[in-house]
Order: sequence, then C-alpha cells, then structure tokens
Amino acid sequence: MRYEGPREDAALFQPIVHTGWRFYVLLAALVIVVIWGVSAYYRQLSLGLGVTGMNRPVFMGVYIVNFVFFIGLSHAGTLISAILRIVGAEWRRPFTRAAEAVTLFSLPFGAGSIIIDLGRPDRLLNVIQYGSFRSPILWDVTAVSLYLLSSLFYFYFALIPDVAMCRDRLQDVSTFRKRLYELLALGWTGSGQQYRRLNVVMNIMALWLTMLVVTVHTVVSWIFGMTIVPGWHTAIIGPYFLVGAIFAGAAALIIIAAILRKAYHLENYIKPVHFRALSSFVLALSLAWFYFTVAEFMTVYYGDEPAHMVVFNAKFWEEFASAFWLTVVLCFVVPVVILGNPFTRTITGAVIASVGINVGMWLERYTVVVPSLTRPRLPYGIGVYRPTWEEWAITAGCFALFALLFALFTKVVPVIAVWEVHEAKELAIPEAVERLKSYFPGTVSATRE
Amino acid sequence: MPRWGMVIDLDKCTACQACTVACLAENNVPWAEPEEAALGRAIFWQDVITDVEGEYPRVRARFTPRPCQHCEEPPCVKVCPVRATYKDEEGLVLQRYERCIGCRYCAVACPYGVRYFNWYEPQWPEPLDQLLNPDEGPPPETRGGRSGPEIRPKGIVEKCTFCVHRLEKARHEAEEAGKDLTDEELVLLPACNQTCPASARYFGDLDDPESTVSRLAESSRAFKLLEDLGTEPKVIYLKAGG
Repeated sequence: MRYEGPREDAALFQPIVHTGWRFYVLLAALVIVVIWGVSAYYRQLSLGLGVTGMNRPVFMGVYIVNFVFFIGLSHAGTLISAILRIVGAEWRRPFTRAAEAVTLFSLPFGAGSIIIDLGRPDRLLNVIQYGSFRSPILWDVTAVSLYLLSSLFYFYFALIPDVAMCRDRLQDVSTFRKRLYELLALGWTGSGQQYRRLNVVMNIMALWLTMLVVTVHTVVSWIFGMTIVPGWHTAIIGPYFLVGAIFAGAAALIIIAAILRKAYHLENYIKPVHFRALSSFVLALSLAWFYFTVAEFMTVYYGDEPAHMVVFNAKFWEEFASAFWLTVVLCFVVPVVILGNPFTRTITGAVIASVGINVGMWLERYTVVVPSLTRPRLPYGIGVYRPTWEEWAITAGCFALFALLFALFTKVVPVIAVWEVHEAKELAIPEAVERLKSYFPGTVSATRE
Repeated sequence: MPRWGMVIDLDKCTACQACTVACLAENNVPWAEPEEAALGRAIFWQDVITDVEGEYPRVRARFTPRPCQHCEEPPCVKVCPVRATYKDEEGLVLQRYERCIGCRYCAVACPYGVRYFNWYEPQWPEPLDQLLNPDEGPPPETRGGRSGPEIRPKGIVEKCTFCVHRLEKARHEAEEAGKDLTDEELVLLPACNQTCPASARYFGDLDDPESTVSRLAESSRAFKLLEDLGTEPKVIYLKAGG
C-alpha cells in the first residue's frame, strides 16, 4: 500500500500505510485477554451467575459498574465532537475522530455489560416483546439504542470525506479494502456544495447528540435513582452521573490522544496546546464533580436519617472507605494538584491525572452501586461482595476488546479528521479573524447581525 | 373479588422455623450447598428474620417470620422491564417463570428482601430429589403465567406466592362440590400456616369484613413492616408482648 497525495497529509495516512511489529504484539496481547474474558463468560453461561461473587442482597456487582462506566466513557466522543462543535471551540479538531470512535466502541460494552449481567440472556428479546415502560430499564434500552444509532451516523458522516481521500490517495490496496472505501465514500467528490451540506447535517446531529448525552446518562442513573434504595434515591444522582461521565470521558480522550500522538508520530497535529485546552476542561469537571459529591453527602449527613446513614457510614468509615477516599483523591486531589499547576500541566501530567480519573470514576461507580446493596433495610445483617476471577476476566475482556476495536480502526481510516483540519486552515481561521475584529469598535461585522 | 392477606401473631410465634421448612418442601425450593448458603445464596420464600439487640444480660431478640408482603403498591412490579412480575386481580404479587430475564432489578427494588435468584441450575441431594412436590402450579391461563412449585430454571427470580397453587386447587374442589371457600378453609391454606405448631399464622380475604384476617387486622397490636415506605403490605403483624 502506498500513499499518493499532498505531502502535508502524509503523516495522517502513515498509520494506514505502514504497520510496525509493535502493533502486532499489541494485537496479540489484546486477543489473549479477550479470549480469557470470553472463556470466563462461557463458564458463566453454562454454570450460571453463581460463578460471580454476587449474592443476596448484593444482586448487582462489577457488571453493572462496567455498564455505567462504559456508557460514561462513550460521552467523550459526543462531548468533544458535538458540544465543542456547537460552541465553536477550534481546538477540538484533531480530537474529533478519536473521540467519536471512543463513543462508538465503548457503547456496545455499556449495553453488553447489561446482557452479561442477565440470568437469561437468551430471553433478551422479551424486552421488546413484553417491554414495560414503567421500568427504568426500558428507558435505558430506548435511550442507549438511540444514542448508539445516532453516534454511528454521526461518526460515519464525519468519515465520508476522509474515506473518499483514502479511496483516491491510497494505491496498491487490496480489492476488499478498495471496495470498502468505494462503498463507504458514497461517491463523495469533495465539492463545496457537499461540504456545506455535510456541515449542516453535522450541526444538526451535534445538537441532537448533545441532547442525547444528557438524556442517556440521566436515564442510566435513574436505574438507581428511581428505586427507594438508600444512597440511590436522590434527585442529584442524574446530574451527578452526567458530570462524572463527561469527566471520565474527557480524561479518557487525553489518554487516547497521547497514545495516538506518540505511536503514530502526530506531534505536528496534536500539540501541547490541545492538551492544555482539554486539561482545563477536565480540571473544571473535576471541580464540578467534587461540588456534586459534597452536595450529595452533606445533605445525607445533615439529614441523619438512619436508613441513609448506614450507607453513608459504610462509604465514609467502614469497608468501602478505602475505595471511597481513593476516589476522592484520584478524581479531585490529584487532578487539581496536577492540572491546576501550569508547571505540571504537561502532556505527561495530563495523562497521569487522566489515568487516575478513570480508575477513580470506575471506583466511584462501584461505591455508588455496591454499598447501598450491602445494607438491607430489614435486619438481615450486612451483605458482602467479593468479585470472582470470572468477573475480572470478563471486565478485562471488555476493556481489551474495546482497545482492539480502536486499534484496528486506526488501520482503516485516519485517526485525525483530515477534512476538519483542512477546514480549520481554509475557513475557520479567516472566520475567526473576522469575528474577533467585529468584537471591537471601528469595524463593521462581516457576519450577520 | 377477594384481596388475599396474611396475619402473623408474633406473640404466638416461637420462631421454630417450621413455616420455613414447610415452604421449602411445598414449593420445591432448590437446595443450596453450605458454602453457597454462607454466601447468601440460599432461597427462603418464607424466612424468619432474627434481630438481636443489646448485650448480655440485657438482650432482646426479635423474630419475624417473613413471607412476601404482597404489597398493594409493589416496588418490584414497577421496575420489571418485561412484566414478568405482576400483581394479579386478587392482589397476589406473582412471578412468571417463563418470562423473567433474570436482571434482578426487582430483587434490588424490594425493600423486604423477599426475592431470590437462581444462581445455578436447581439441584437436590439424595434423597431429597425423590421427595419433590409433584403438584403443578396454577394453570398459566388462570394466573397469567407459570408460578408455584413447578421447578424453576437457573437464571430467574422466584418468590413466595401465598401458595397460589393450593388456593387454585381448593377453589376448584369447592366449585366441583358446588360450595364457596369458607374462611375456616382459607385460614390454614398456605403450607406455612398449615404447619405452624403455634397457630400463629392466618390467611384470608382482607376485603371480607367478617374474615379472620380482617378482624385480626383491626387489632391495636397490628402493624406492617416498613409501613412508612408506602408499599402497603398485605401481611399484617400482631405485636409481641401486647
């Protein structure tokens, strides 16, 4: 495979044209982890959910935590790509493609974790045949499938110009690949009219997806919030989950962008300035997350209702204290210290903080889901939950398959939206200059009043 | 239309657990290995909750037999995504075995902990496997689905039915004989009630003002579990030491 096109874009197509041995090593490692996870799931399927650490009263465990976490991760894409498109943040451009891919590849694991958690996955279609909209699970099924479908289209529309470039600029490609590019490009020629249409569609989709981000994660939280379980039944749980999701998603994007930058030598495209912008964003979300945490626990503590206080105590001082306080350290203390300081707000610093945030947010989901279940209202005694190797293997398998899909995706289309970067040079910069001028006295606005 | 309920007199209850055992046998509840039971995996549609307060010598132990509360406003029914659990016309909260997808959301939503999950394929050691109750559940068409003592597959949720199959059977027999079910026949109808050596349990129609359960429910000793949650249980307890 060869790249024949403008020299300036060569670096963006390099990952497709050239694949080093490290990539195959990574692939092999990921496949091994996926096989481990699949074998654990096969064991669970044949023996029953008894192979997990779940029990009565802890009827939910790691799978439900993964469900919430992956759905949260999926918000990275829409957030960077859609919300920043709406507000016109130009620094989004090198991130959009990777972000949308995070959404697309993490969502199936969010939905999939629910299926893994089912006692009878073979009866899944009952949800459609007998679906009851009184149940928050049905709200989730609706919202998540709509979100998955919309994200798929959003991802694909933004892909069309780049697929067309692949079709035109890549030479000596296999017949399959050639067919694939031709098919996906939908006869794109790159005319101004086509770009204008694409931008209109993308702007509408961006609004729609932003609305879905809010709906989806609120509804995810309502699985918990709508029950009368102490620790879950709070009005703040919707916005709290949403902030946490965007927080973890944006942090995940920092990690992925840093890996892509290093592995595919994209230093010229993804620059420290981009990481600084994303870091400030993550820092703001860290503060917002902490504010919600304080608001939530202060209300419970001051209210001092016995049923709620046993859960509060379990998190603050008892068996969940280490997970809870580690969450606070990883999601608040570390990000504020690293990202709040200009000297440590480097790419390395941002990546360290982001890894911490993602571990912390997974733990946060854990300390929302599990402690409440260990404290039944009637005096049955305290529930204990210890995840088994099967649960960890399936979890690892999900993360590995996510990484695997992402890695393969980098070999099919450019990981940076080539057309969006070009658009910045050709259209956005002159537009921004005009806009800036119009802010100040003495000039007539070039754009509509 | 009757509205089935139960009264449990805690003053009479000796916490002997005969009700628990009778329920296990009547409803073909699967056996749990001791290590599984230690994990909290044993199934007891009818359980006796033990609550010990204080330290020796000032100890107070409370025993509360706990079947499903068959709430008028059941939190479990609301959350079921496939309507596998439902409240029937006579107020019984039942579980359709053939429809449940095993998400366990109902088990989480129930504040009384009366819902149980089949973590494995059900099994019984010898000779218990020879002693299963051959009775079938009520015909699916009469109660809208399969429930009762019929063997459950792994991966679904099950719960107390107030022995709905015994109710259907008794009703059928009464119909054949051209009679109505009497309050006397109903009082001891569920297996737990029939077995209770202290006669501490009563079953019957809460909408019939003359029924035993209705009269007992008016007692000044009457109370319900977690009444302030608004679930409106149809199991009424009579306070001990009254």
